[in-house]
Amino acid sequence: MSLVIKVGLASCGLAAGAGEVYDAILKHIKKNKIDAEVKKTACIGMCFVEPLVEIYEDKKKSITYGDVTSESVGNIIDSFSKGKPIEENVIISNILKGSENKTFNKQKRIVLRNCGIIDPVSIDDYLENDGYKALEKSVKDMSREAIIDEIKNSGIRGRGGAGFPTGLKWQFAFNADNKKKYIVCNADEGDPGAFMDRSVLEGDPHSVIEGMIIGAYAIGADEGYIYCRAEYPLAIKHLEIAIEQATEKGYLGDKIFGTDFNFELHIKEGAGAFVCGEETALMASIEGKRGMPSIRPPFPAQSGLWGKPTNINNVETLANIAWIILNGANNYAKYGTEKSPGTKVFALAGKIRNSGLIEVPMGMPLKEVIYNVGGGMKTEKPFKGVQLGGPSGGCLPAELLDTTVDYDSINKTGAIMGSGGMVVMDTSSCMVDIAKFFLNFTQNESCGKCTFCRVGTKRMLEILIRISDGEGEMEDLDTLEELSQNIIKGSLCGLGQTAPNPVLTTLKYFRDEYIAHIKNKTCPAGVCTALLKYEVKEDKCIGCTVCAMKCPVSCISGERKQVHFIDQDACIKCGACYDACKFDAIKKG
Amino acid sequence: MIFGGVCKIMKYKTEIDIAINKFIGKKGALIPLLQNVQSIEGYLSKEVMSYVSEKTGIKLAHIYGVATFYTMFRLKPQGRHIIRVCKGTACHVSDANAIMNEINNQLDLSEDNDTTKDGKFTVMPVACLGCCSLAPVIMIDDSTHGKLTPDSIGKILKRYE
Repeated sequence: MSLVIKVGLASCGLAAGAGEVYDAILKHIKKNKIDAEVKKTACIGMCFVEPLVEIYEDKKKSITYGDVTSESVGNIIDSFSKGKPIEENVIISNILKGSENKTFNKQKRIVLRNCGIIDPVSIDDYLENDGYKALEKSVKDMSREAIIDEIKNSGIRGRGGAGFPTGLKWQFAFNADNKKKYIVCNADEGDPGAFMDRSVLEGDPHSVIEGMIIGAYAIGADEGYIYCRAEYPLAIKHLEIAIEQATEKGYLGDKIFGTDFNFELHIKEGAGAFVCGEETALMASIEGKRGMPSIRPPFPAQSGLWGKPTNINNVETLANIAWIILNGANNYAKYGTEKSPGTKVFALAGKIRNSGLIEVPMGMPLKEVIYNVGGGMKTEKPFKGVQLGGPSGGCLPAELLDTTVDYDSINKTGAIMGSGGMVVMDTSSCMVDIAKFFLNFTQNESCGKCTFCRVGTKRMLEILIRISDGEGEMEDLDTLEELSQNIIKGSLCGLGQTAPNPVLTTLKYFRDEYIAHIKNKTCPAGVCTALLKYEVKEDKCIGCTVCAMKCPVSCISGERKQVHFIDQDACIKCGACYDACKFDAIKKG
Repeated sequence: MIFGGVCKIMKYKTEIDIAINKFIGKKGALIPLLQNVQSIEGYLSKEVMSYVSEKTGIKLAHIYGVATFYTMFRLKPQGRHIIRVCKGTACHVSDANAIMNEINNQLDLSEDNDTTKDGKFTVMPVACLGCCSLAPVIMIDDSTHGKLTPDSIGKILKRYE
């Protein structure tokens, strides 16, 4: 039996140097005439130890190594061939003791079932893993109503953020009386801190395409669009290849499985506008217009793309469909909670040890997600908050870590599930700064149609800048809250309606920090530059002069072996002295 | 008036004609058409937008409206390599600002001046590149570089000609 070596080559792997590792493997096996098949796969979700390489002869005896480099990979292959695999950097293995992976035990992978396992650009790999069987079952054995009922019974809710029941959405589009209908996949994943859609599109594009074809058949659409953001070039490339392969095999095109069902699928590349994640704006963008939202009703199911009934689902939602059809609604609803059935993919990032993608049953407490599946904090500093749902979401403090992850529980806190981004922060993050960061984002991305969103977010940002510059007043907090309520009421689409959430949640859970900025003129986390002060600790300074040499504005003076002094008027608070001092002699506060 | 009326003879007329012909008459083709046209010269000049309007019959105001709405369209010449500095949440908490400052320092650029004098690089902040686990991240052309520190920037920039 020959050796199989699999390399994870998704964007995250490539950014960590997996391309070089792949080349080094090819070179090594050629030079040493090793009988091995080198396969490409995408992201298995453990981005924190990329590049990842899996090696096996028999799948039951495999080892996955993390943090592989082009220098270390030769040794990994040789030691494995000799039957004495090295035990350093083993991430998962079913032969080496003590390396069972805790990250995986708590997960249930439905959406990510093939990610990091199959070669995403090989339709044969997908077919070997039950690919397109759900489509065959749907088209050959099920009525359109039966498919919609199955999706309804599964209870799956839209994974794009709002959580609208998918089956119901399909029913509306099915009910619309029109010969021409469209189905659209929303792959405009714009939330900073979320990357599940990218990973699914890169790692298992056929699962999304299969879900779309089933949806098209069920609602009666013959044409579809995948609207993918242009910042994901690899996802677009894999989708193009997958569409070509599916067309060649007859899963796309005319007379699918010999029936009267025809379906044509196109890719539309986004052009960089966050608001296009909103469905009416997204459709305007596909039509070649400025991506500005429009008033609903009419809903897309009645009048969508070019005025025709249109059904729009998110990437993750669609990746669930084939699994539900094959395994049944009841099996899906076994996972999760009564009102939020199934699993959810989360993107863990920030100061968390196991950053990457995880898929867990809905209803798991945040604490378990962060500390068990996510491995806890990466830094020595304590947990401060977790940001859920990106710019539409909010920051939750440690007291709320018992909150379970399902749509309704998270909504109650003032945050939202959103697309599933979770950015974990330690005490080095300032909550005023985080609120400012998100307001800056929404203010930039506001399309400008609604006055409160356009001007209100700008005014809120100005107030936050003032507070972080130490020029805020206590009344500002009331103004922020008042403006928030008006923006929520006075905006047409989700972008504006949720834009104040990061401010409202930080005001609710981290109000003391705002007060410290306003009353004490200090930034407790040491982030807001204007409120920082760098001083030399006289008892620690040995006069090595390093700080004076590093200072870009030469505001540090002092003789060699004498205590140094920082001229506060000239200091630009860049922190270069603080970073440079080896004797902990610079006080930051 | 922002645009000149009659269009000048353009350097890449043949290529631009090919791009226009590929999309002309197709529904919803304006954005991919402009993306294709932009890829020829790296930006959309006034002349090119006027020319696209003339050839397709799409009103110039509509073309300009679309070109200014989406951040990927550029109205100024850009460098041979595009450096996208991720300003997503995960990168922000991992001090993406320090990375941006270092790139600007090394290339002698600022917020208002985003393209190097020799036309080699254009630097732009982007919302999120989706590689949050490797924060802070930048993308140069189509390659992503992760787990950066200000010290690692120089070495990466040197790889580009």
